[in-house]
Amino acid sequence: MDLELSDDEAALQAGLRSFLEGRFAMGAVRAAADGLDRGRWRELADTGVFGLRLSEDDGGVGLGMTEAVLVFEELGRSLVPGPVLATHLAAGLVDGAADGSTVVGLIERPATVLLIEHFDALDVLLAIDDDGIWRIDLDGLDAEPVARPLDPLTPLHRVAELASGELLAGPEVAATWRQEGAVLAAASLLGMAARCTELAVAYAGEREQFGKPIGVFQAVKHICADMLTRAELARGVVYAAGVTLDGRGVDDAGRLVAAAKITAGDAAKGNGKACIQVHGGMGFTWEIDAHLFLKRAIVLDTVFGSVDDHSEAVGATL
Amino acid sequence: MDLRYTDDEVAFRDELRGWLAQAMPTVGPAPDEDDWTATRAYDAAWQRMLYDAGYAGINWPKEYGGRGASPVEHLIFLEETERVGAPYVGTNFVGLLHAGPTIMTEASDAQKQYHLPAILKGEHCWCQGFSEPQAGSDLASLRTRAVRDGDEYVINGQKIWTSHAHVAQYCEMLVRTDPDAPKHRGISWLIVPMDAPGIDIRPLKTIRGGSEFSEVFFDDVRVPVVNRVGEENDGWRVAMVTFSFERGTAFVSELLYSMQLVADLAAIAKQVTGHGAAAWEDRGLRREVGHLAAELDALWALTRRNISQAARDGVPGVGGSVFKLAYSETRQKLGDVTDRVLHRAALSIDDLPGMGNGRHVQGRLHALATSIAAGTTQIQRNIVGERVLGLPKER
Repeated sequence: MDLELSDDEAALQAGLRSFLEGRFAMGAVRAAADGLDRGRWRELADTGVFGLRLSEDDGGVGLGMTEAVLVFEELGRSLVPGPVLATHLAAGLVDGAADGSTVVGLIERPATVLLIEHFDALDVLLAIDDDGIWRIDLDGLDAEPVARPLDPLTPLHRVAELASGELLAGPEVAATWRQEGAVLAAASLLGMAARCTELAVAYAGEREQFGKPIGVFQAVKHICADMLTRAELARGVVYAAGVTLDGRGVDDAGRLVAAAKITAGDAAKGNGKACIQVHGGMGFTWEIDAHLFLKRAIVLDTVFGSVDDHSEAVGATL
Repeated sequence: MDLRYTDDEVAFRDELRGWLAQAMPTVGPAPDEDDWTATRAYDAAWQRMLYDAGYAGINWPKEYGGRGASPVEHLIFLEETERVGAPYVGTNFVGLLHAGPTIMTEASDAQKQYHLPAILKGEHCWCQGFSEPQAGSDLASLRTRAVRDGDEYVINGQKIWTSHAHVAQYCEMLVRTDPDAPKHRGISWLIVPMDAPGIDIRPLKTIRGGSEFSEVFFDDVRVPVVNRVGEENDGWRVAMVTFSFERGTAFVSELLYSMQLVADLAAIAKQVTGHGAAAWEDRGLRREVGHLAAELDALWALTRRNISQAARDGVPGVGGSVFKLAYSETRQKLGDVTDRVLHRAALSIDDLPGMGNGRHVQGRLHALATSIAAGTTQIQRNIVGERVLGLPKER
């Protein structure tokens, strides 16, 4: 039993972080508000992010959910824009997803409000429901852009209705995607929660009031300590969920998936809010990144089951 | 990362299960919590059974009579004993988890030979004399004096929050031996026999209505100088040694018990009705209870991470304070949900007919101690903020 990263796992994560810090620094990330940078998308694909779990024979990296969790933690930490989760899930099902030549979007249905993320960047749109995975004809869609999306880095289009589309995979694949999607969204949320902690701690250590860094004051210090606590509470269970989906676990996978999405969602939203608070007035400005983390957290809480949805599901197991 | 157990760990679990299946039928029901003499006898008997079966001091090194089990085996031990409702470490807590490890690391050979076997066999009960009325979170400001008089120390002062004081044979005690030195440098660590003349024990009544701990007064209590462990005035460092022995397993039994409490509370919520429907019909309540269960699952995963780290590095790293902060918050939320589910049945600490409310109400009260005992939530946040996150110190 070992829930600490192996040397290979740590190297994978460190390598990706180094790449993302170079190519997806906040300036580049913020530029995505004006549209997806296909060149950078290809570079991302070249690191193996999308083909990570495809076998090497199929042009992938041949790794599992354990490693995918570490990868998505990093993608979340750097707020990498674009439909990364949908494209990752679609690798192997949609040609060109793995190598970055095809950008794939995903919409969950049924839903009262049908919002498609990153619509203008998409080559392929998939829909997921209880019956399977469907390919939706993009040309036949009457999609209206949402003028001011909450998260400026997650542009949205609204459609009034969706055709049923072409069935690509059945209910079992859909159920698997939902579990994997929930865990990988949780991993992104974990990375965001941890990054918010770092940003708040750095600011609390340098911003001075009353002649001292504000991090001296317990009123601020304790906010930061609670941020770390929320992130670390999520970290263990997010990792455990990934490992368990790879068949190397001992506990019920369904419970772990739900607990991962719940605690990571709480951590990212809680830490996003706390990060704004620690930054004070600056935290409420567009210039400071804190709001981008909170807004993405709100977006990710709505995919593959919210905190409420998963809490109810866990309740049903009791 | 891999959560599966090795063949050796599975074999350890199987062997332990086999022994527990034989041993548990011979263990009677736990005595009333406030009957300290009976509780001490019960805990001592269980410890002797563990000793005879080779499970005493599960994580103590073999050279001191322990089993030398790995952190993962320790986790398995706690998991299996909780699963069958075996007695807790109880009144053996201070000896096995505090005084014993300190003696192993810091004491003389004579002290080791005398004390360690008696702790392992359950023959000696220990209590802890660290906190004082004026020295709580600021423990190093303790004032209880020990003055040299020939071969003896003469102790005067007062300790507080001393669990098991009335049944303990020995007290691990921090005393001030140099009042002029900086506060961390004038403290010594002593072994004090609890039958020494001049010790007065006064039980404190807690919000649970019982007396888990006492105030202990020392009036010219004489203790041989050879009872000191470590150098004179080096007691603060000696006391800190114990904490590095903690490997992330401190709350395993409590955590597993909490998971059972949540499951049982859900079962009660399916039975009790109000406003014409079972409480469990309330979707908001189901979500809240499910959320609590998820947090406990996450705490269980965090425990696995802490133990993994201890297995690699020998210490659990940052996990201890983080665990305690999250655990106490979850337990207190559980307390609030308990009030709502039980409604009027939450008003009785004892079981009402057909309700099974007692342990939930007791747990509800116990939860309030989790953010105070063993370092308050506020002190834990300071530790996390300063030692883990590197924020500047206030002092």
